[in-house]
Amino acid sequence: MKMPEPDREVIARKREIVERLRALVPGPGGVIFDEDELLAYETDGLTAYRQVPMIVVLPSTTEEVSAVLAYCHAEDIKIVPRGAGTGLSGGALPLADGITLGLSKLNRILEVDYENRCVVTQPGVTNLGITRAVEGEGFYYAPDPSSQIACSIGGNVAENSGGVHCLKYGLTTNNLLGVEMVLMDGTVLRLGGKHLDAEGYDLLGVVTGSEGLLGVVTEVTVRILRKPASARALLLGFPSSEKAGDCVAAIIADGIIPGGMEMMDRPAIHAAEEFVHAGYPLDVEALLIVELDGPEAEVEHLIGRVGAIAEREGATYNRASQDEAEREAFWSGRKAAFPAVGRISPDYLCMDGTIPRGRLPEVLARMREMSERYGLRVANVFHAGDGNLHPLILYDANKPDELERTEAFGAEILKLCVEVGGVLTGEHGVGVEKRDLMGAMFDDTDLRHQQRLKCAFDPGQLLNPGKVFPELHRCAELGRLHVHRGQLPFPDLPRF
Amino acid sequence: MSESWKPTDDDQVREAVAWASAEAVPLEVVGAGSKRGFGRPLQCERDLDLSGLSGVTLYEPGELVLSARAGTPLAEIRAALEAERQELAFEPPDLSAFYGQERGAGTIGGTVAANLSGPRRLKAGAARDHFLGFRAISGRGELFKSGGRVMKNVTGYDLSKLMAGSFGTLAVMTEVTVKVLPAPEKLRTLLLFGLDARAAVAVLSAALGSPHEVSGAAHLPGDVAAESAVDHVAGAGTSVTALRLEGHGPSVEARCAALREMLAAGPAAGVAQEELHSRRTRALWQEVADLACFAARPELAVWRISVAPTRGPEVAAALADLPEMRHYFDWGGGLLWLGTAAGETAEEARVRDAVARVGGHATLLRAPARVRLAVPVFQPQDPAKALLTRRIKEGFDPNGVLNPGRMVADL
Repeated sequence: MKMPEPDREVIARKREIVERLRALVPGPGGVIFDEDELLAYETDGLTAYRQVPMIVVLPSTTEEVSAVLAYCHAEDIKIVPRGAGTGLSGGALPLADGITLGLSKLNRILEVDYENRCVVTQPGVTNLGITRAVEGEGFYYAPDPSSQIACSIGGNVAENSGGVHCLKYGLTTNNLLGVEMVLMDGTVLRLGGKHLDAEGYDLLGVVTGSEGLLGVVTEVTVRILRKPASARALLLGFPSSEKAGDCVAAIIADGIIPGGMEMMDRPAIHAAEEFVHAGYPLDVEALLIVELDGPEAEVEHLIGRVGAIAEREGATYNRASQDEAEREAFWSGRKAAFPAVGRISPDYLCMDGTIPRGRLPEVLARMREMSERYGLRVANVFHAGDGNLHPLILYDANKPDELERTEAFGAEILKLCVEVGGVLTGEHGVGVEKRDLMGAMFDDTDLRHQQRLKCAFDPGQLLNPGKVFPELHRCAELGRLHVHRGQLPFPDLPRF
Repeated sequence: MSESWKPTDDDQVREAVAWASAEAVPLEVVGAGSKRGFGRPLQCERDLDLSGLSGVTLYEPGELVLSARAGTPLAEIRAALEAERQELAFEPPDLSAFYGQERGAGTIGGTVAANLSGPRRLKAGAARDHFLGFRAISGRGELFKSGGRVMKNVTGYDLSKLMAGSFGTLAVMTEVTVKVLPAPEKLRTLLLFGLDARAAVAVLSAALGSPHEVSGAAHLPGDVAAESAVDHVAGAGTSVTALRLEGHGPSVEARCAALREMLAAGPAAGVAQEELHSRRTRALWQEVADLACFAARPELAVWRISVAPTRGPEVAAALADLPEMRHYFDWGGGLLWLGTAAGETAEEARVRDAVARVGGHATLLRAPARVRLAVPVFQPQDPAKALLTRRIKEGFDPNGVLNPGRMVADL
């Protein structure tokens, strides 16, 4: 993974920069520069890539964030924003000549407003922390990435995080009402609030999922929902992934949008069952968990309808949860799928492509072929409702060249996702991991238009450089217009 | 009358924009022209008429996805979805009558470009939330794409959000892809009579904070209710507060009963209730979405005011003395539709001031051209946002040839 060449001059000024930062962020533990302490920040959830940052700064207020950014802007110093460091694409991978700006000290919920059904919070609060703050009144925050116990809401905004309930309840972007953010030059900006929709260009929409390249979010307003009155799940086993896929399509074609719809393939089922003993059938090739939530009358009605569809689509195992304990047991295996795979292999790499659901059989077949060719095992968990695949490639980093082979296998899977009409990443982000694959999905013109958005927010390209875009273009170059003066175009174009 | 170009493929659009950019000739980007009255008036030498880019290019009901060329009539898309018992869940309003056109006009591209959403916006999201991807020609005369056709996608910046609500000022979309959803099997509306705005919004908040999945929450003052084509609403003789429930049959019935009970036991104790079934529910919410009470009064200037739901009544009260003022609330109180005499400024200063006190934004959705030239149509931005807006516009349309001035006077 090639990162921008570190600026030796900046690194040589480390001591001076530390002193300046200490004046700007005077609280205890606000500036970290000791080599040993910096090690804690050398990676995020994508542990295959590591880099010790030059300095870590942990501001406690928006004003401190603004002061740090204004200083770095003036001094041409790069910034890598960091939430809880749970991201899976290396978006918070530090730079040798950069300052990692952590938001962990901004960790208070500022306001709970039940009447307007929203929560105003600082970015360092965990995703689950928001739900915890409102569940006493029967509310929750809908997006639930699997790292929700640890990941921060600011990080969720940066990554546009999803979860298992996206098809029905949306991703972060669909549940976000407003942010306060700081631009690279220190400008503090408010987008949105407790009201709906943007007054001009939807800047809130483009900031969401921008992976820390446009600004640093210092406050977040999210929509909260009343918890569904009840939920039940069906555990459905099928003799093939094709049949399971057909069942998913039939459920949706019947006008039903389940709260969650997850698929696992045989290796994932076995790994999970051995780990948590969820009670999964072991004689099936694919397993579906279909969760229906809502008022009791609706859930009862739909459990019957989905059960009947599954029968018709050839389910060989078909069980509805009878109580809350059983529903949780159904989910326990799926939720433990990643650590379960971690038990049967020293290392694994989690991919994150999305495909049009109908192409699943073809994609799985070609992944099996790749698995043999690379000599690496793969287990699949799949957000079946929205087509988001999580192939887990099993490898051993201690074996020579296995990481390289794994990366090549992963890249081939993602290119396949794009080839069948899908995308490189459904919820983990591009970061550094998929940066060099962007060309598989976008041509140079596409990427340049994206980078022009970047240039509007951060013309000096000091925020999180080396992430998302395979090639850095200077903003002046991107702004240039290549003019071809000439005749009125196409005489054959209809005019009226 | 400006000259009009009517391209029939992406390449012709690209050539037209590239030429306009090179010659610095402003283009007015037009779908069906049904919302031409929305935004600042344009004086462009040429129209770029996209109605020749028409047709659904992909519709996979099982995958909940539809792609169409930008000039495809919305009516055609609605019909295709209806045949599969699906719909655009953001409930795009039909504003043709409101803008004095024949009902049913409008294109999918125009709907997305204006980010138009209906009453269900508060539950299902806006047009931008259902907008998955697009192809477009930027003001640089270059074809680019963003997003995709899948539900879940974080690959690169979400430029779909930037396009939605940009009114054709950054790029000319040639194809859009949207998420579609099953249409509800059953509809009910619970009506409550005689509440004042403050009490009504308290009831709407309680209902929206309940587990009963309310998908429409409006309050019509007596004068607006009286003009409804729905008998139970028009005949009320007082204000009408409406809550919509949609979904699978048994669920809707159970939720409706539970909601009635909950409201009667607390927030709306002693308030008269009535239920509308599917046909009347459709009619009522179409009136709410399509601004029927303002379509009937074409002489009024109309504002769309978005604030925190509980602050809606406060804004309405502060503006109650505007000439010929009439209004109603949607989105649980957070969307205030307000009509007033057009005059020279459509009372812009008063409206901005009332909104500034509570936070939010106001858009002058309809007014005579002289008024839309005299006062900002969209909410004026603070300097930081204004600078970002300018830089984005300059990045995508450096010569300012796409709908120049439609959103901001000198952009």
